[in-house]
Amino acid sequence: MTVVTFIQHDGSERMVDGDAGLSLMETALKHDVPGIDADCGGGAICGTCHCFVEVAGDLPAPDSQETAMLGLRPDRADNSRLACQIVIAEGMADITVRLPEFQM
Amino acid sequence: MGMPASSETPDYRALPLSELDISDPRMFQFDYWHDLFARLREQSPVHYQPASPAGPFWSVSRYEDIVAIERDTETFSSEPSIAILDPEPDMILKMFIAMDPPQHDDQRRAVHHVVAPKNLKEFESLIRQRTAAVLDALPENEPFDWVQLVSRDLTTKMLATLFDYPWEERNNLTEWSDMFTNDERITAGEGVPRAVIIEHMTACLQRFTELWHERKGDGREAFDLIRMLQADPNTANMVDDPLTYMGNIMLLIVGGNDTTRNSMSGGVVFLNQFPEQMAKVRAQPELIPSMVSEIIRYQTPLPHMRRTATRDTEFRGQHIRKGDKVLLWYVSGNYDAAVIERPNDFWIERPNVRNHLSFGLGIHRCMGNRLAEMQLRILWEEALARFRTIELAGEPERTCNLFIRGFTRLPVRVTRF
Repeated sequence: MTVVTFIQHDGSERMVDGDAGLSLMETALKHDVPGIDADCGGGAICGTCHCFVEVAGDLPAPDSQETAMLGLRPDRADNSRLACQIVIAEGMADITVRLPEFQM
Repeated sequence: MGMPASSETPDYRALPLSELDISDPRMFQFDYWHDLFARLREQSPVHYQPASPAGPFWSVSRYEDIVAIERDTETFSSEPSIAILDPEPDMILKMFIAMDPPQHDDQRRAVHHVVAPKNLKEFESLIRQRTAAVLDALPENEPFDWVQLVSRDLTTKMLATLFDYPWEERNNLTEWSDMFTNDERITAGEGVPRAVIIEHMTACLQRFTELWHERKGDGREAFDLIRMLQADPNTANMVDDPLTYMGNIMLLIVGGNDTTRNSMSGGVVFLNQFPEQMAKVRAQPELIPSMVSEIIRYQTPLPHMRRTATRDTEFRGQHIRKGDKVLLWYVSGNYDAAVIERPNDFWIERPNVRNHLSFGLGIHRCMGNRLAEMQLRILWEEALARFRTIELAGEPERTCNLFIRGFTRLPVRVTRF
């Protein structure tokens, strides 16, 4: 079981069990973790599930669509990702992501 | 909805596909567009119309197809224009909504901060005060025009705030916006001739150029869109390139104007058409944010955006040629039952209510979306707290414009608690 930790902008943390096959965005919504808007429903075309990956095993690199959307974020950092594009795989290492103050 | 507003309404169910006119703005003026797009989604989801006042164009009407094209910005460019009309050779305004990466990204980032949620928090109490003042000044128990007294007034004041525009001149902003979007070729001839538009655009450029120079280096710590352009290295000299400066100014004025204005009006109409939803939101005001998203879907104030094919391509079995205009009909996708459950219902508790096309998707997705949502949320929080009833007092009059779906007049009567 992969444990997913979401750190809110105010520092509060929430640890949930991640189901294989769900993205981090879907995992957050399933557990009512605030801070992710997911306006497009999961296609890397709205940018409102932006997160900063703090701790993780090896993740596949973002594709060109995700990179394009991240490129619009004024608060983009080196560890920026879209939570809808990180899908939990069987046996994946635990992952910790920090959420931005706002989605836009 | 559902009421044929004109006896001249075309019978979209019976006409041959080749005779459908998807460029006639009267479908929005008289609100008979539902049948047209239902037919297209069902029978010709990627549809070619060989002739119109703006020339030939494709119409894409299904939600998922619109999403697919929004993703493929290499094949479907936003240049030279996101409107069905091509820019005139003598006045090609350069605006980032009609640019591809990487130029688009630089210009957008320069102004994104001003409408980023972090800054919106600063604006919230000011917007609330102004909204409250506007609502408190409305007459009670007698009909008034909600478009003039509420929607137009509030969006104009918001724009003047964002630009720190001289307050007493603020109505200029709305007038210029209306000019810019009312070319006679997309308004069934009811719009404004080009010479008049150019006259107003010139006045607008002149005023904003004056403001730029007044503010440049005045040392004041203020926070407005003009100063933001001046502060960003990518746009610090934008005033020297008048077409780019003007393009960005117009984009921000239009983007913050018709859109929110018409959603402010639409909400009143929908809550009257669906009184059980009005009762629900009155009982549960915590549903207001969700209702705001549903209002924005249901209104779809910008019914389409245009893309232009950069190469010959096959799309859903149709052969689109290089240079063809492709209209993405957000208003149709937002009512596509394949994606949106019970699309004709105004349903404030809709699951996944944020998943709609009204802001567009991909790199050109509306930059002011969170500002728009906040303005609408505050409007409804303040209106529902004040008014015991908010009723239509006559038939709404709708905009005759292919690019803008909205209201020119909305008679409303309110009573206070």
